[in-house]
Amino acid sequence: MSVGAAESALVEPEAVESVELVGGEIVARSPWQMFWLRFRADRVAMVSAIFIVLLILVAVFAQPIVSLIGVTGPNQPNTGALNAFGQPTGPSAAHPFGVDELGRDILARTIYGAQVSLEVAFIATGAAVLIGVVIGTTAGYFRGWVDTVLARLMDVVLAFPILLLAIGLASACSLGHGCLGGLITPGRVTLIVVIALSSWPYIGRIVRGQTLSIREKEFVEAARSLGASNTRIIRREILPNLVAPIIVYASLVLPTNVLYEAALSFLGVGVQPPTASWGQMIASASSYTSAWWYMVFPGVALMLTVLAFNLVGDGLQDALNPKTGRP
Amino acid sequence: MLRYIIRRLLWVIVLLIIVSMVTFVIFYAFPSADPAVLRAGRSPSPALIAHIRHTLGLDQPIYVQYWRYLENIILHFNFGYSYQFSLPVTKLIFQRLPATISLTVGAVVVWLLVGLPVGMISAIRRRTVLDRATMTATLVAISAPVYWLGLMSLLLVSNDIGVVHIFDGAGTYTGLTADPGRWFGSLILPWLVLATAFAAFYARLLRSNLIETMSEDYIRTARAKGLPEREVILRHGVRSAITPIVTVLGIDIGTLLGGAVLTEYVFNIPGVGRLAYEGIINADLPVIQGTVLFGAFFIVIANLIVDVAYAFLDPRVRY
Repeated sequence: MSVGAAESALVEPEAVESVELVGGEIVARSPWQMFWLRFRADRVAMVSAIFIVLLILVAVFAQPIVSLIGVTGPNQPNTGALNAFGQPTGPSAAHPFGVDELGRDILARTIYGAQVSLEVAFIATGAAVLIGVVIGTTAGYFRGWVDTVLARLMDVVLAFPILLLAIGLASACSLGHGCLGGLITPGRVTLIVVIALSSWPYIGRIVRGQTLSIREKEFVEAARSLGASNTRIIRREILPNLVAPIIVYASLVLPTNVLYEAALSFLGVGVQPPTASWGQMIASASSYTSAWWYMVFPGVALMLTVLAFNLVGDGLQDALNPKTGRP
Repeated sequence: MLRYIIRRLLWVIVLLIIVSMVTFVIFYAFPSADPAVLRAGRSPSPALIAHIRHTLGLDQPIYVQYWRYLENIILHFNFGYSYQFSLPVTKLIFQRLPATISLTVGAVVVWLLVGLPVGMISAIRRRTVLDRATMTATLVAISAPVYWLGLMSLLLVSNDIGVVHIFDGAGTYTGLTADPGRWFGSLILPWLVLATAFAAFYARLLRSNLIETMSEDYIRTARAKGLPEREVILRHGVRSAITPIVTVLGIDIGTLLGGAVLTEYVFNIPGVGRLAYEGIINADLPVIQGTVLFGAFFIVIANLIVDVAYAFLDPRVRY
């Protein structure tokens, strides 16, 4: 097979240029095929990607998996599992990860914790990408006062001590019926809104910069001279060229948002009890200093998840921008 | 250059006014609890709550409250009085600032001392086992949540609850002037924990910058004229690769000075971040306002300083 030869040809600077633009000027393979070839060759990134897929499956099928393992449900208190002093007990046959202060199974809670973590991170990142792309392309394409206003808006959001603002908003919205007249309900919705609102400018900035340079390219001029409308130019000429940078930056924002959700839940302004969340488990574990299993398992789950996303992000970056070179 | 700085300073003022306005609206529109009720003590009468609300000025329309707030800041540098401590917010912030500065400065020293050499060695020994191992390690360090690292370090090596008793634990912070030895001891763990992710990030950043720089033509020239490799790397490579790091460093310091909320929370350090957190939990509006504004101030000033410094460090940049 000539895969090896084709790949080494990609390292040629000229070829790299056309790959990066995802313009489809290379005859033999589509840019996505080449991207896939490079990504597949990256063993670490592939393993991480498989880990994430498994994690998603675990989160989706949490209930059957928990009953298959044969541990008690995530919200089922069991004073029988506590020791004589009413303290949590460590790993045992019935509870492989031990139990928490209410005798709830930590393995089950760790599995269910993946649900909150992934759901919030994916939806919030998706929303941030959507807002960032819309605002970024609008600012970059139309320039002038539109750009000034939108770029200043991003400056303002970026000037906020984001964590403080998020804690404030989340704590305000996590009480009673939520805020904005019940539009933002406590728990996941609040987390998603807060995280999306504070992470979109990172995407927006990149998209704006890229759009500013792409709009000057000849193919955009050609489209314009053919009478294409602004919407059509943005959708058909500019957006396809933004896919690679958007994927790269989204993959950088995603693990940050996983950490973000956990941090807010850790500070007690995230999901409401008794819903299991890794951050909130770590927070409650800090009061039981002799129960190492209570602190270790959710923390390791959180760290592995973030690490896997980071590794996939790295792999995506290398596969989409071969210029940066393999480490 | 001067014109540029003046223009930027004006924008800083506008930015801070917008930030204060947004914070005001957010915390006024959805307060996490009713400040008047919080102040009234146990089972208050409605009349008492109304009275407190009136004394705090909370019964006024929002724009009147905001205007009064802004007026006090500009005319008297008065950021209001904390509801929970009944002290001026400026006083509270300045009381808490030394702890935050101590935490930040120490952590910066640690992460630069660790991160930069690691990044440099990794770049020079590129593609070796050492490089791969350190780059994996840095990614692990970046992925670990800082509060979890903090709690784990307390469980493992702190004097009170640790498995091995090595370092001072949480809540032992002492002021530098009160007792330098205890100040240092109490901050070792927080410094290390806070610096971990940053050190890893800086190592990765310097590595990739240096690798890019080392492929430049002037590096080849430097080698061709017979400079020892050490000189080539330090004087020509690192010197240029470090410029973007100065940018990141400035912004990181600015952000941390506004309060390292999670680290201060875990180690119970009485810094600005903890003050802000307490303010939010207790619906202490003036404290929230003050700390958010203060944090934003550091962020925008750090950005300004970095942009100006850039022009000096990189002769290609002109404003």
